[in-house]
Amino acid sequence: MTPHILTRSLDRAATAFVLIVAAIGVLIPLSNLLLPQGSMFQVPTYLVALWGKYVCYAILALSIDLIWGYCGILSLGHGAFFALGGYAMGMYLMRQIGSRGVYGNPILPDFMVFLNWSKLPWYWYGFDKFWFAALMVLLVPGLLAFCFGWLAFRSRVTGVYLSIITQAMTYALLLAFFRNDFGFGGNNGLTDFKDILGFNVQAEGTRAALFLLSCLALIIAFLISRAIVASKLGKVLIAVRDAESRTRFLGYRVESYKLFVFTLSACMAGVAGALYVPQVGIINPSEFAPANSIEAVIWVAVGGRGTLVGAALGAVVVNYAKTFFTSGPLAPYWLFMLGALFILVTLLLPKGIVGTFNSWWEKARHSSPDADSAAREDGIGAPNAAE
Amino acid sequence: MNVMDTRATSAMLYLDGVHVSFDGFHAINNLSLALEPGEMRAIIGPNGAGKTTMMDIITGKTKPDEGTVLFDGTVDLTRLDETRIAELGIGRKFQKPTVFESQTVQDNLLLALNVDHSVRGTLFWRGSKAESERIDKVLETIRLTDARNRLAGSLSHGQKQWLEIGMLLAQDPKVLLVDEPVAGMTDVETHLTAELLKEINRNHTIMVVEHDMTFVRELGVKVTCLHEGSVLAEGSIDQVSSNERVVEVYLGR
Amino acid sequence: MFANCIDRFRALFLSILLLSCLTVPALAGPFEDSVAKFANDEFSDTEAAIGEVAASGNALASPIISALQDGRLSADPDSKKVFITRTDGKIVDAATGAAVDKLPDNAAAVRLNNRLRRTVEAALGGLTLLSPDPAKRLAAAQSVFKSHEENVLPTVESALAKESVKSVKQAFAEARAAIILFKSDASDSDKLDAVAVVKARGDQEALALLTALGADQPPLVANAAASAVSSIQSNLAMWSMVQNAWYGVSLGSVLLLAAIGLAITFGVMGVINMAHGEMVMLGAYTTFVVQEVIRSRYPALFDYSLLIAVPLAFLVAGLIGVLIERTIIRFLYGRPLETLLATWGLSLVLQQAVRTAFGPTNREVGNPSWMSGAFELGQITITYNRLWILCFTLAVFAILLAMLRYTALGLEMRAVTQNRRMAASMGIATSRVDALTFGLGSGIAGIAGVALSQIDNVSPNLGQSYIIDSFMVVVFGGVGNLWGTLVGAFTLGIANKFLEPVAGAVLGKIAILVLIILFIQKRPRGLFALKGRAVEA
Ligand SMILES: Nc1ncnc2c1ncn2[C@@H]1O[C@H](COP(=O)(O)OP(=O)(O)O)[C@@H](O)[C@H]1O
Ligand SMILES: [Mg+2]
Repeated sequence: MTPHILTRSLDRAATAFVLIVAAIGVLIPLSNLLLPQGSMFQVPTYLVALWGKYVCYAILALSIDLIWGYCGILSLGHGAFFALGGYAMGMYLMRQIGSRGVYGNPILPDFMVFLNWSKLPWYWYGFDKFWFAALMVLLVPGLLAFCFGWLAFRSRVTGVYLSIITQAMTYALLLAFFRNDFGFGGNNGLTDFKDILGFNVQAEGTRAALFLLSCLALIIAFLISRAIVASKLGKVLIAVRDAESRTRFLGYRVESYKLFVFTLSACMAGVAGALYVPQVGIINPSEFAPANSIEAVIWVAVGGRGTLVGAALGAVVVNYAKTFFTSGPLAPYWLFMLGALFILVTLLLPKGIVGTFNSWWEKARHSSPDADSAAREDGIGAPNAAE
Repeated sequence: MNVMDTRATSAMLYLDGVHVSFDGFHAINNLSLALEPGEMRAIIGPNGAGKTTMMDIITGKTKPDEGTVLFDGTVDLTRLDETRIAELGIGRKFQKPTVFESQTVQDNLLLALNVDHSVRGTLFWRGSKAESERIDKVLETIRLTDARNRLAGSLSHGQKQWLEIGMLLAQDPKVLLVDEPVAGMTDVETHLTAELLKEINRNHTIMVVEHDMTFVRELGVKVTCLHEGSVLAEGSIDQVSSNERVVEVYLGR
Repeated sequence: MFANCIDRFRALFLSILLLSCLTVPALAGPFEDSVAKFANDEFSDTEAAIGEVAASGNALASPIISALQDGRLSADPDSKKVFITRTDGKIVDAATGAAVDKLPDNAAAVRLNNRLRRTVEAALGGLTLLSPDPAKRLAAAQSVFKSHEENVLPTVESALAKESVKSVKQAFAEARAAIILFKSDASDSDKLDAVAVVKARGDQEALALLTALGADQPPLVANAAASAVSSIQSNLAMWSMVQNAWYGVSLGSVLLLAAIGLAITFGVMGVINMAHGEMVMLGAYTTFVVQEVIRSRYPALFDYSLLIAVPLAFLVAGLIGVLIERTIIRFLYGRPLETLLATWGLSLVLQQAVRTAFGPTNREVGNPSWMSGAFELGQITITYNRLWILCFTLAVFAILLAMLRYTALGLEMRAVTQNRRMAASMGIATSRVDALTFGLGSGIAGIAGVALSQIDNVSPNLGQSYIIDSFMVVVFGGVGNLWGTLVGAFTLGIANKFLEPVAGAVLGKIAILVLIILFIQKRPRGLFALKGRAVEA
């Protein structure tokens, strides 16, 4: 009766999304590498890196949508998982510098030499190997999310309480990573990368490859998310979002479900961060700032939460706008616009771009009266949402 | 009570000396009650008598301050959480109908089916013919076959009540706790609901909370009247409704 | 014993000499002659000149000797005239004080050697020890306590005898004890007395003095000193606890002030107002504007600027709060997560608006005179602004509590907190209560801003630095109960300040955050959570 998990998850919109991302992932690097410089259709290298950044943000947005849109968990600390993945990659890139650093120390990164450290701290071991770093990109955010979620979900911390403690979590990490003696480069973070897997990170070819990889990661993250939300697990998640305690009375172990998606989502965010770092060339503690995490949430809200495609779209649209406005004469007004975006989207466009489009489309198709009550978005855990 | 037996009681549900207070307010006072296997019991009582709170205790939502709550004579329900209790086979319909409004009627039933409820089980779930047949049957029973693809949120109040009963059927628990099933229903719907419950009672143990006396009369089962958190009277509907104290409680003093 | 007697006698004699010089300047003889000795360029003459000038009591004595110390005293060997180059560059005749255009060409700085330098220091100490200004005397006595130069002993003793101001007299006694402790020929009993005096002082400096006392002391004295050291150390440890507790209470009061408004809006309306910090900031900027106006128009009123700013800040922030509630939050009830996002957006807008209006840099907000300064309590220093903020916070708390208890709005607010639906069905206009509650919460944040402007930088980011801490307080204390907020704020404040010395400021803060995260697991609704169905999800 019900088709296989993969075929089930690929409906028309999802297929279109995958194809579009794949096309972008191939065409932009090709145009950058093959067409002559200055030609009208040639995408300059700096744009490849910029769009690569957007794609990483889209993965982050996807990870937030998975937990917020489908399970009602509003994390205001997802930037932490992104940054941890980024730091894991940054540590690999630092160790690739080897003796080409300013101080020429073959083992110790420059900042450690500068701090007069005599040997590598134990938690930097293994990061000279790519496979290890790649593992840590998944493991570190995943483990943190697992521990955090295990504590929080088991004691039924929900709603705004959960949001606030996730914010406290990223804030604590921000403070910690700012410290020099924490061993991650303090204030300046990790930068001045040279190569990745033996290729120069600045080279056009490497950038094109990183872009392609980011698009691939976005597609994979999207497919995983789609598979989840289209499975029965997805239905349980929505049930948890809409009526958590009812789900319990049906015999579902709600905390396991939350823990599963939260951890998975953190791993996705970690991958996004890991791909982000070689493309922007730096990772520093400001990535942990609570404001970053909240901004990522608004991408999802703009695009339309609970739609996956919308989250990715929102990330790209908002960040494109940010780049556009902050580099022009309107720069001082960007924060006004961003602030207004938060307010207007929550007030006037609660379903976001894609959600609104979907319900409009549904209506146009069957013009049946009950189709537009489709998305019922309610926060969970409102202290005053009476029984 | 006979403690020599490993089963402390033959009852399906057994409450003894249960107390609950909220910030000093005693919602349940020395409540004792036993529900035999296969029995259907109607619980009546004025608002605030503690009927819903009693269901909260049985289903693990509220922990009693003291007292015994046993399921099937052996399982101490006070130590278990909601999920575990549901897994044991105690299903519940809430006073305020609670269905998953943004999902279809069919999906609501699918979620309620008593199949593997683990994360892995649901992730790799593939529907079976048996499952879809059961859903079809339930849909028929609750007269929502035509509405199977509608969102549960768009149903009328009475339909939501029925959907919730349908979810209980799909869950197929040993004991059904049904809180005010006919609130907001027309007379016809009420009648149909009574018929449905009697039907279900053939192979399930049921506890129904209801105010509607005609409905309770129609069920024709043993009635327990609660008042201020303890049992005021117990017996047939005629016995109970002629009980002086019950009359006093219902009509005021 | 006998030596001691002679010592005292000599001291007495010397001081009488000094004092008589001081009080009867006319008897000093030709001051000019003494000054002229500086021009001889002989160390022995210079030494004599120092003594005579210091003893002269002339108003120029102190400038001359300090000029000598700094190398600003020059002498013309030919005319035997001596000049002071003042620190502002002007030149005066040392003997007469008359202004001089420029130094003679052959004038050279009066030279000193190490021995003379000590004499100069002692003379200066002696000079200020006898200064007519009690504050100067006190400072001099304290510097003697630290330097314990033996040769000022006579001056100290005579000053001690004559001193009438109690605190200065105490300082002299301590200075004398310090000198005697280090004086090699002082008797054991004198030294024991001295140890007792120093021990009674009991502060960090007393400790330093006693530990600096070498091992070559007589056993009796060494023992007494050792026991004094350990007693001072335990005493100091106690005081440092008290100090930490005070810092903690002070931080707690700031946290409470910042969090109290948040607690109200969250408790009554279930609304997490991420722009709460910006209300605090607006209060601080209101204070700034009030002070600007006062500075430019009515400078005399400066001391009242805060009294004027408090009601104004309450109004400004409160009105903006009501406005926000009516235009944004009202449409988001029952959707707490969206409210959180919308108010975050609002906070960005408000910050940027203030940045545009007042600039991105810190603005100067002054302390009125009654808020500046500090006083000593035992071994700790308490600044007036911190103390006032504590009092102010407690007053705000008490007023709020009384308001909730005794006014109609308070009753309605409590009703809505406990059961919104029931309250609505009993005829309470919940939407009006919501607007007023939000206004009240914001107004209190504004007041908090006035207080915080006194201890923190007034910049557009002011609010940001308090918001996470305020949340922690509310979440820790529990929602819907102001006492919870009070206990939460002080607990966090004190815990923070006790962790700080152990773990460092940043690690301490991280530890607190982690502890709260763990705490929430245990009590998901805080320390003093309301129970019941009304708060259930
Ligand atoms: N979680 C709770 N917190 C506070 N009071 C409660 C709670 N649950 C029930 N009560 C109180 O206990 C009493 C019994 O309530 P309930 O069981 O709902 O009555 P019934 O269902 O019989 O009408 C009521 O007064 C109700 O206010
Ligand atoms: Mg009830």
